[in-house]
Amino acid sequence: MLSFIFTFMIVASIVCAMFTGKTEELSQSMMDGCADAVELLIMMSGMMCLWSGVMEVAKECRLTEKLAKLFSPVLSLIFPDIPKSSKAFELMSMNVSANLLGLGNAATPLGLQAMRELKRDSVSDVATDAMVNFVVMNTASIQLLPTTIATMRGALGSKSPFDIIFCVWISSVVALFMGLLVSKFLCIVGRIKWNL
Amino acid sequence: MELVMPCVIGGVLLYGLVKKVQVFDVFTKGAKDGVRLLYTIAPTLIGLIVSVSMLKASGALTLLCEWLSPFCEKLGFPSELLPMSLLRPVSGGGSTALLNQVLRDYGPDSFLGRCASVIAGSTETTFYAITMYFGAVKIKKIRHTLVAALVADFVAAVVAVMTVRWLM
Repeated sequence: MLSFIFTFMIVASIVCAMFTGKTEELSQSMMDGCADAVELLIMMSGMMCLWSGVMEVAKECRLTEKLAKLFSPVLSLIFPDIPKSSKAFELMSMNVSANLLGLGNAATPLGLQAMRELKRDSVSDVATDAMVNFVVMNTASIQLLPTTIATMRGALGSKSPFDIIFCVWISSVVALFMGLLVSKFLCIVGRIKWNL
Repeated sequence: MELVMPCVIGGVLLYGLVKKVQVFDVFTKGAKDGVRLLYTIAPTLIGLIVSVSMLKASGALTLLCEWLSPFCEKLGFPSELLPMSLLRPVSGGGSTALLNQVLRDYGPDSFLGRCASVIAGSTETTFYAITMYFGAVKIKKIRHTLVAALVADFVAAVVAVMTVRWLM
């Protein structure tokens, strides 16, 4: 996929530059782009390390488990058919709280384990309602602190990189809610079709 | 707002100390992961930032925005942000490169810069997540997952612009 996007962007800009006559700018932009990228990476590196370090401390304090407990009532609303004491439920809530803390490296393996638990005792290749809802939750971003974006804004000269935080919260919660609503609705539609 | 960052960091560290965590050792261990993360994303980011910067310099990006603007105006969505929003579910690196371009062109504290940041912060790489999660358990029929996930991405983009317009 990326091979296609990468090649397409470069070929499209060469073709476009021929038509607009901006060939000089084009070759200049290749060098500028490389410099921009490295500059961005260097400017971001300090803050990225700082956040990773702090989040590691949060993980070590078992904040993930605490958050998981806090959010389990919400989660049982979304997954009424998964018992709260099950391994799958525990893994799902750990995945959600790791996502909330922005611990991507921890969230993914937990999420995959949760999927395996949800799949257990079944050889079918059809996704269950719970699997669909869980994956929809993971395709939406739920982060308490959008550290990467804030770091990038800071690196590019923002005065207050975190001032977007409330907007990010509102927009991700609304998006997640709508995604799950559509998913639930289509589950019911599917079931009615099945019964007919 | 300026206090969010220092307070979160201070709070976490203090809590760690109370919980008898070897705060500094753990911190340096985590910070090392930060270096590793940068090392992993660097090649992707360099490749994609170069191609986006070429797209911009050739006038192709501006042209694309002009084509898309009649459609965007009806939604009240800035056409400058559409390329980034469209690429977001498909490629995380690609949309980061476009975000970088928007932040550089208009400034991170401008209306467009803020909208772009909120969109990036409230969405994920949908296709990647779906492939990874269902691939891991060999599920082939994903039913309505993609529809619901893309609805969420669309809503995130629209709501992001609305919140920045009204709240900031």
